[in-house]
Amino acid sequence: MAAITMKNIVKQYGDGFPAVNDVSLDVQDGEFMILVGPSGCGKSTLLRMIVGLEDITSGEMKIADRVVNKVAPRQRNLSMVFQNYALYPHLTVFENIAFPLRLAKKPDEEVRRRVTETAELLELTEHLERKPANLSGGQRQRVAMGRAIVRQADAFLFDEPLSNLDAKLRGQMRAEISRLQRRLGVTTVYVTHDQTEAMTLGDRVAVLRKGVLQQVGSPRELYEEPANLFVAGFIGSPSMNFLPATLDSSAEGTFLETPLGRFGLPDKITAAEIGDRDVVLVGIRPEHFEDASLVSEEKRARGTVVQAHVDVTEWLGNELYAYVPYEAPEDLAAQLRDLSRELDSDQLRTQAVVALDPASMISEGQEAELWIDTSRAHIFDPATGENLTRDEERVAALGRQAEQARLRQRQAQAGQAPTGQAGNGATQAKPDQEPPTSPD
Amino acid sequence: MHFVFRPPGQAAAGLLTLPWRLPLEHWTDERLVEIRQRGLSRHVVRFVAEGGTLYALKELHERLARREYGLLRRLHELGLPAVEAVGAVVDRGPDLDAILVTRYLDHAISYRSLFANPRGGQHPTDRLLDALVELLVRLHLAGFMWGDCSLSNTLFRFDAGAFAAYHVDAETAELHPSGLSEGQRHYDVDLARERIAGELFDLFAAGQLPPEVDPVEVADDVVRRYEGLWDELTREESLHPDDQQYRIAERLRRINELGFDVDEVELVDADTDAAVGTEGGVEGGADGEAIRMRVRTRVAEPGHHRRILYTRTGIDAQENQARRLLNDIAAFRAHLERETGHPIPEVVASNRWLAEVYELVVQSIPDELRGRLDEVEIFLEVLDHRWFMSERSGKDVGTMAAALDYFENVLPQVPDDLTGTP
Repeated sequence: MAAITMKNIVKQYGDGFPAVNDVSLDVQDGEFMILVGPSGCGKSTLLRMIVGLEDITSGEMKIADRVVNKVAPRQRNLSMVFQNYALYPHLTVFENIAFPLRLAKKPDEEVRRRVTETAELLELTEHLERKPANLSGGQRQRVAMGRAIVRQADAFLFDEPLSNLDAKLRGQMRAEISRLQRRLGVTTVYVTHDQTEAMTLGDRVAVLRKGVLQQVGSPRELYEEPANLFVAGFIGSPSMNFLPATLDSSAEGTFLETPLGRFGLPDKITAAEIGDRDVVLVGIRPEHFEDASLVSEEKRARGTVVQAHVDVTEWLGNELYAYVPYEAPEDLAAQLRDLSRELDSDQLRTQAVVALDPASMISEGQEAELWIDTSRAHIFDPATGENLTRDEERVAALGRQAEQARLRQRQAQAGQAPTGQAGNGATQAKPDQEPPTSPD
Repeated sequence: MHFVFRPPGQAAAGLLTLPWRLPLEHWTDERLVEIRQRGLSRHVVRFVAEGGTLYALKELHERLARREYGLLRRLHELGLPAVEAVGAVVDRGPDLDAILVTRYLDHAISYRSLFANPRGGQHPTDRLLDALVELLVRLHLAGFMWGDCSLSNTLFRFDAGAFAAYHVDAETAELHPSGLSEGQRHYDVDLARERIAGELFDLFAAGQLPPEVDPVEVADDVVRRYEGLWDELTREESLHPDDQQYRIAERLRRINELGFDVDEVELVDADTDAAVGTEGGVEGGADGEAIRMRVRTRVAEPGHHRRILYTRTGIDAQENQARRLLNDIAAFRAHLERETGHPIPEVVASNRWLAEVYELVVQSIPDELRGRLDEVEIFLEVLDHRWFMSERSGKDVGTMAAALDYFENVLPQVPDDLTGTP
């Protein structure tokens, strides 16, 4: 059990290109941290520096309180879960799990105790005497996890562990990993390119882009208070829509003029904060649109109704997607195209994706009235990508909330776990531990 | 369906008629071959004999298949001992993974088969580990991290009584053209230690491990052997100017003996280097004139002897085999020179040896025993047999007599499924 602390970590390859550039990140003891970003963002390199596979060009890597920059991988006491696991056909499930302990020449009594505890956690107790050939795919994966757990590693590391599994097994394993991590309370760092996986698994998610840490926070913080255009576009599916807008101040007030129509300026930003920027990008998530005819009067007042030409619709039963093309100045359209490419997204950037109530009767080719929840819109500086509407107080509150939820969960698990810890030492959450005042 | 293969693709063309649109495990084609005692695999693996060649087919995710295909090709280009990637079949239809096609190594043996069929009551652990460690070192020198070094992921070939190891499964391998970090090497070796111990525990559970073999001991020994060889090949030495030349020559000879080539020798003034702060702690000479030798070792494959033998005789042998055959050619040449009383050119001696000695023996191998071992290995065993017989009878029995006796009494004892070629 250990915290992992990264301070100004840089990884520079021979050609001088910084694969990881000045990343500082604290993974707290027992926390489930996700590293996410599109390919080439440096997430795997960062994980490999934690493991000890890549030399650190500069900066400091600490596990618990030990600086490990020069420590060999084996001496770091970490466990890469699922990496090259092999189940041995003639060994029982018990021996397949026990084998790292046999290798470490642990006494039989200790081996028996630790394997039994691990099997109980993984619900493999009744299969202990079976051979791997008689197990289902999911059970085999659990045996592989058992081998990692029984080692008493200080932290678990996962490098895109589910990317080669079929969709069904992937879903099962995601749930399994999440349940176990909560139960064991083992510090975990998990690399994925899949933002859905990131959002469902992590206590906190660190978003990387071209080697630079963009934002780290709870899934909710990333979704509701993205630090910049990149994070806003990366988190959420389908992606946030970005509409170019100009500021229009008149006697009636200040408005944003967008290709979809004129909105009132959201409360969280003032015209002064937009300053002399000619153009800004207004970010609206697909789910913050609605068919205006289905919105109550009271709710209507909180947002803006616009007229839009619906090009295509997709009815999925539980949701209706409508696609609304819009015009954008060429330079901004090019910028949005680049962003889309970087996010590995096939979403067209000059077309708003709108998620509507499936009861809506809006259909293709129609001029429709759409309601937009402008109170939840964000405004970005197109030049720097900075989110001008980010609410720092709210960010801090969300961070506290997430941390408290994590500690509560751990306390509940600690009270409930039948065997305490399957050999992972003092993993009980400390009830007197003060949650940090800020998430990062 | 999309079949990517490397030219020349004549053999691969015959594979096109296989039922690619069905899941591999459901195939019933008559060209399928069952290979007993093959290694374990996470994926469905089947074997197909087509046009006299045996192919291994592995079904796996397209991304992984393409990656492995690329890595195996790269290994091949670098002259590293690995199975040869023939092609990859992608776009086989909905819900079907890709299939990677590799050429099965002729006369290759898996560790399981070696343990199940000990020859002459001797278990092969020692020679097996030497071969595996050498392979791992070669890969590391070339910038490959194996990511899953194990006995199951290796095939062995007899090499004049020793073994040559071949890399079979590149699924987890990584190529780092600028070289491996210390962490990557250590990680790879740790993983090898674990995997080998696991495989030996498994053999033990299957009742195939001799009682005197301790899996943990063996696994630890792999690490020791690896470190020994790596150190021998790469360590820096501090040299005194007086014996510089001799020490350099000695070191190079030692590295060549181990089957490796030296790419570059760098001599650095120990003092200058210390000032730069290089780690290593080699002491400079008291007079400040000592120099430090850095040796960049390169993978030499197909080894020195192998290349010479091939150019002289057209025989494609393993390195140790080649060394012994060259010795035999040299002895034959000396014999010819003595007999004729004048010098015989090397090329003449080689050609006559090939026609008058080697081919005579090889052509007289009974057909039913031909596949038991590869031809070169059989020839070398005949040479050994001749030596034993001559010693026993107190006079040289001659090669052909030894061969006939060997075909009658020794070769039939080699299990016919020891090597995987049908």
